[in-house]
Amino acid sequence: MATAATTDPMLPEPYSVRQVVKETPDTFTLTLEPSNGAGGSRFQPGQFSMLWVFGVGELPISISGDPAERDRLVYTVRSVGPATQKLVSRAVGEAVGVRGPFGIGWPVEKAQVRDVLVIAGGIGLAPLRPVIYEVLHNREKYGRLVILYGARSPRDLLYRKELAAWARQRETQVLVTVDYGGLSWRGHVGVVTTLFKYARLQPARSLAFACGPEIMMRFVARDLETHGLASENIYLSMERNMKCAVGFCGHCQYGPHFICKDGPIFSYDRMRPLLEKYEL
Amino acid sequence: METLERIIAEHPFFAGLESQYTNLLTGCASNVRFDAGTYIFKEGEEANEFYLIRAGKVALEIFAPQRKPIMLATLGEGEILGWSWLLPPYQWRFHAHAVEAIRAIALDGKCLRTKCEQNHDLGYEMLKRFAKIMEQRLEATRFQLLDVYAVGR
Repeated sequence: MATAATTDPMLPEPYSVRQVVKETPDTFTLTLEPSNGAGGSRFQPGQFSMLWVFGVGELPISISGDPAERDRLVYTVRSVGPATQKLVSRAVGEAVGVRGPFGIGWPVEKAQVRDVLVIAGGIGLAPLRPVIYEVLHNREKYGRLVILYGARSPRDLLYRKELAAWARQRETQVLVTVDYGGLSWRGHVGVVTTLFKYARLQPARSLAFACGPEIMMRFVARDLETHGLASENIYLSMERNMKCAVGFCGHCQYGPHFICKDGPIFSYDRMRPLLEKYEL
Repeated sequence: METLERIIAEHPFFAGLESQYTNLLTGCASNVRFDAGTYIFKEGEEANEFYLIRAGKVALEIFAPQRKPIMLATLGEGEILGWSWLLPPYQWRFHAHAVEAIRAIALDGKCLRTKCEQNHDLGYEMLKRFAKIMEQRLEATRFQLLDVYAVGR
């Protein structure tokens, strides 16, 4: 299967918008398909693409779709600036350039036979959704699936219908919390780490995947260690400003690592010395 | 049938507590239930007990003038509700609202304060356990205050 990554990594492939779904007031999920009618691009959960909005700029966006659906690429994008605003405003049929997929994804093979602990904050659920699909499609290969998801408020929750559907799957526990709950909210209120005590964790047989704001991941990783998870069994999705996505430009250098090609997924034992450094 | 002493001894909050102390605590304990929608206590009321939540969900709420109540946190099964009984002026600082029907063990704070004064080893054990809860809640509150999911953070 031909992909941009296997030809020239700097050359965008033409894709067109098949669907746009509004998830929250500022977050949208775009489904793209190849404009030339060729097969889509294989990807590993946790990988990202560089999306060209022609005439505006290029953005690194994690793939949030199902790895088994190879005819499309799905991205969940929060509109926070001119480029993301233009991207989420694309109409069905309009063109978007795609480079990638890039990076090293979540180590889902290492998670086989173990319990999989997915911890997401805000839009951090998007890069983790492919892991959830992978586990649910191959249920016999994995132990329990525990999804802990925190958001700012109920209106900021992504994939609400899917969260409810995942909670009905066997051996799957889904817990959702918000930092600020209105009076009509009947779920948990508090930060995502407050859910650990309800998660029936078995630290010795668990692998944890966390994605969210970096400060959230610091709290999460530290608390997971307190609960008995080894730092090498905790994985984080790191983020820095990316340009080339293949380790040429150095924009995303983080200590000795390039986030784009050495990551974006790293184990906590590799990241901890850097996470604890001021102004890095 | 589960006895109160056994329930207290098996609660995570009292893990590792010597049986002589769980026996003392049991003398101050009773089973309680609250219907969904009711208030377990309200801000400013005298704080004379704390609760080991066995089932259900409680919301801690605070009121501000001309605003709807603000839900600060929720507590559920296995958690502790209330520490205002431990420190003067022994008044609740928040409302505790049963979001779901609650089953809990109530521990009489006045009774417990007396026993802690009489037996400082018990008092130290209680303070260590409550200090841990306070530390966890303070850290969670600091994390919450960071508002990490806001745009630009």
